[in-house]
Amino acid sequence: MYRRWLWPGFASPGIVWLVLLFVVPFYAVLGVALGTVDPILFQPVPIWNPLEWNVGWLAEVFHRLAPGGIWFDVWIRTVVYVAASLALCLLIGYPVAYYTARHAGRWKGLILILIILPLWISYMMRMLAWVNLLQADGYVNRFLMFTHVLSEPRDWLGGNSSTVIFALVYGYIPYLILPLFASLDRIDRSHLEAARDLGASPWSAFRQVTLPLSKTGILGGAVLITLPMFGDYYTPNIVSSSPKTSMIGNQIDLYFHGGPQPTIGAALTIVLAAFLTLLMLYYLRSIHRAQRDVGAVGAL
Amino acid sequence: MTAVAEPRARPRRPSALARVRGWLRNPWGKPRFLVFVTWAYILWSIVPVLIAVQFSFNATRSRTVWDSFSTRWYWGDPVDSVWHDPTLRHALIQSFKLAGADVLIAVPLGVLLALGLARWHGRGSGTSNFIMLFPLVTPEIVMGVSLLLVFSELFTFIHTGTLAQILGHVTFSISFVVVIVRGRLFSIGRQYEEAAADLGASPFVALTRVLLPLLTPAIVASAAIVFAISADDFVISQWLSKGGETDTVPIQIYAATRAAPLPSVNAIATIMMVSTLFIVTLGFLTWRFFTRGERLAGKAAEDIGGAFNLT
Repeated sequence: MYRRWLWPGFASPGIVWLVLLFVVPFYAVLGVALGTVDPILFQPVPIWNPLEWNVGWLAEVFHRLAPGGIWFDVWIRTVVYVAASLALCLLIGYPVAYYTARHAGRWKGLILILIILPLWISYMMRMLAWVNLLQADGYVNRFLMFTHVLSEPRDWLGGNSSTVIFALVYGYIPYLILPLFASLDRIDRSHLEAARDLGASPWSAFRQVTLPLSKTGILGGAVLITLPMFGDYYTPNIVSSSPKTSMIGNQIDLYFHGGPQPTIGAALTIVLAAFLTLLMLYYLRSIHRAQRDVGAVGAL
Repeated sequence: MTAVAEPRARPRRPSALARVRGWLRNPWGKPRFLVFVTWAYILWSIVPVLIAVQFSFNATRSRTVWDSFSTRWYWGDPVDSVWHDPTLRHALIQSFKLAGADVLIAVPLGVLLALGLARWHGRGSGTSNFIMLFPLVTPEIVMGVSLLLVFSELFTFIHTGTLAQILGHVTFSISFVVVIVRGRLFSIGRQYEEAAADLGASPFVALTRVLLPLLTPAIVASAAIVFAISADDFVISQWLSKGGETDTVPIQIYAATRAAPLPSVNAIATIMMVSTLFIVTLGFLTWRFFTRGERLAGKAAEDIGGAFNLT
């Protein structure tokens, strides 16, 4: 009896904690989002019984997100920002991870430390650094004017989409490079040698061996940065704080910090979480397929 | 090995395109383009932070025009320095308070949970594992909203403020501890426990006398990482803050960047960064110290394996 309960007993405090402060809170969001609103005080009145849930607010959120709705632009903008940032992160991150894994040689340890270093520097510190550099009289403007790229200082922080995407890339790229590096570092070089010995051109060896074998890293890193980017509201607030660059996260933030209607914020949170769950499921399916394909390459 | 590893004759590489083609042709050659991208990336990721640190020592109120070195924004300035400005001082205290409490609660809970999940295979273990992994992929804003709503609608006896913030920090930290400790458990394997059991130790004695000492490096490393992620956290701290003294350093940096910040913000960010890097380095060194024997053994095994492969 004692042996049987020992390990579940060890797990129970942590599980109870996560149930009370992770699962139940999520249910609280559902209760508020699918509840009603006090008509006089405008306070949310949660409904805890799933049979009595009211989908009116959820429908309202979908209506606002649909084409023609007031959040349609914000929604499209969020997707565009995240997609652009992800593409740029991959474009910069893949060569860096590839070099570190395959060619860095005796510099590998140092480069790895330098790549990991930003992960231990506070996100806000790194954003503050760029806010300083992008000021009207900051180093970026001074450099661009010195090199005559600009004739007068540019307002980088006044609602620029490119600045927001740049900041997102800067903020999230370290989280992408690490899984990329791990997957590239694991690749057995004999696969590549085999491909080359069998007459594959360097490019097709890269395309048919290295790229498929690093697919789990690409997908893992992509999902690792995509999920938090969809919920980001502080980055656009810091480097632009203009409604012209607001993302879905900013709408949620507005409805709780200053807005009168947490119910709509909660409903939007549910919709966002559902969308991200779909993304996650797609990722799990792709990972499953990629691993199957890798198995095929390994068998070759 | 022969076909690719032998050096290829490369007489002249005039154009950049030819050079790129060159490194593609020989994947073991020196890829200059990749060297450039990698070091440019590293400079780009670190130099801005170093400039921010530099301006925390600026003698004037500017964060963009360098004047001369001074410690004015740390303690010299009687009003706006980190030491004298109560807002900044409280933010620093609050950040350390949350990180310390987080380490003290999340590490024991996480270690127990990791042990339980790694050894428990009965009914409910699958679900528990699933619940444990979820906080790792949940965007912080979703977690922030749900914790705020649970404290305002369900657990109404807990108000926003330090207690709610600690509960929130522990919630997102536990899973990190579990992942690190469980990784270590898998690499240790079961043979030491089994040996102890064969020699007559009960599971509990095997755990405290054999397994826990072996887990020490993972526990120390996870404590350092929990400190770092707690000190870095902005979203959960902000959603569960009641303002005033419960605002942490990241919240103050965030608020300041949107107003008209002084170099004292750079100073407080620098203090936080140095503390975190110190703790993480300490954790890393402890890990290295505790696992030095294994690394040597692993290296020897690798060398032997390499020797066999060559023959």
